[in-house]
Amino acid sequence: MELTKEEESALKGEQGEIMEMAYRILVATGEATDAEKLIPIEWAHLSGVNYNTIGDAGEEFLASISKDARVKVKTSLNPMGFDIDNVSSYNLDDNFISKQLSIKQSYEKMGVIPSFSCIPYEIFDIPQEGTQVSFAESNAAIHANSFDNLKTNKESAFSALASALTGKSPYSSLRKEESSKLTIRMKVENPSELTYGMLGFFAGKVGNESVNISGIGKMDRRSCKSLCGGMGTSGTCAKFNFNEDDSESEVVDFDEKEMNEVYDQLNTAEKGDLITLGSPQLGLEEISDLTTKLKGRSFKKRCMIFCPRAVKEQATKLGHVGKLEKAGCEILSDCCTCLTPLIKKDEVDAVTTNSIKGAYYLKNSNGVDVNLKSLSQIIEDETK
Amino acid sequence: MRKILVKGKTQGKILKSENPINFLGSVDKKTSVISDAHHDLFKKSLKNSILVFPSGVGSSVGAYTIYSIKSNNSAPLAMVCQKVDLTVATGCALANIPLITVTDKEFSSLKTGMEVLLDTESPNPITFLE
Repeated sequence: MELTKEEESALKGEQGEIMEMAYRILVATGEATDAEKLIPIEWAHLSGVNYNTIGDAGEEFLASISKDARVKVKTSLNPMGFDIDNVSSYNLDDNFISKQLSIKQSYEKMGVIPSFSCIPYEIFDIPQEGTQVSFAESNAAIHANSFDNLKTNKESAFSALASALTGKSPYSSLRKEESSKLTIRMKVENPSELTYGMLGFFAGKVGNESVNISGIGKMDRRSCKSLCGGMGTSGTCAKFNFNEDDSESEVVDFDEKEMNEVYDQLNTAEKGDLITLGSPQLGLEEISDLTTKLKGRSFKKRCMIFCPRAVKEQATKLGHVGKLEKAGCEILSDCCTCLTPLIKKDEVDAVTTNSIKGAYYLKNSNGVDVNLKSLSQIIEDETK
Repeated sequence: MRKILVKGKTQGKILKSENPINFLGSVDKKTSVISDAHHDLFKKSLKNSILVFPSGVGSSVGAYTIYSIKSNNSAPLAMVCQKVDLTVATGCALANIPLITVTDKEFSSLKTGMEVLLDTESPNPITFLE
């Protein structure tokens, strides 16, 4: 990879230890992904926030670098482990809470916007078409590349952090205009958001950098998010194209058979003890739509809803939060289903959700079983 | 393929694993001892070795494990892989542990116990001593 004089000087340590570390990360990432140079980016989105995932090593690292490190570009942040407003109801130990708060403080000290959201594309203004960004959260990177006309690598927690500290990122192939080598023909009829999540999961398994999908039809926002969450979970792909012309690429079908295979892998229970909605977190549109769909009905069991703090505040003003709480929902901001410490296997056997991403991590990280259902099915079966 | 991912110069004994390493799942964060009973380096510490292994696998959070063993003074002196992966690449970059990839032929010539000089600035990054 070619570096400018200034970048070389930073790599040699002439601009301090933090810059030296950041450029080492960028160079290693660039060499690993065969990038020929570094390019400027305008927005970084960081993962590596939840104490459940980064542990003591992460907490100590962030505390140490935050003494000197400051972000150079707009930088937003993934969810953490809990919502401080209601953490006392969830029986978390004091060590977890204090370590999580230390992580929060370190990021804030570095100048990161404490957005604690995995849907930056829904709560921030989207920059102009073609803008280069560095998003570490997989569903956000895929959404940015596929629906928001932005360009990002599928960053690691560290490459995105290095991008935030330098304002640069390796010019890897996902940042260039390239067509997908593989097309998936969507054959399943009457798809719900759950179907799109399974399609995404399938795409992540069979594809490489990007995947073309034909026959997909019109998707609402919930379905787009589900598609991106599914793909980010199963593979290294970071972009969907939606061209109907698939004559130039290898083609595979996604039909009932392929869908059922994904379903059988991720659905491990007939029913859940509680319901979770969100992963990705719900936006205002989905919360408002849920209120409408409930039509005054109430959940028969616990229903945890995860959303960004900014969305909860707006939804409170609009009266949705009041209605949902009356319907038995717990509304949590700053955190998400994925790798949540709030659902423990000694307290819960199985969870019902419409999230493919949530299902994967609930089973593999939390060790609880999962009952997969679309939102409309959840409302039909689980409310009265 | 030969690549220099993280630069540096060091000398030490090779510790070779034929299995990939999942840093998050199977390396102790303080002692760098491999805890996976199915791994060929089971119960061995990676400390002060020139660690030779095919590639890293598993969660990218494993990069923090590499940083952690470095902070606890139990990290390898350098790592040599057959194939690059972002977890090991960014973890070594974070912890400033020299990292290179080598050709398949070079990889098979490296054996546990060999004393080598690793210098990423040299045209031949690995020199056998003795």
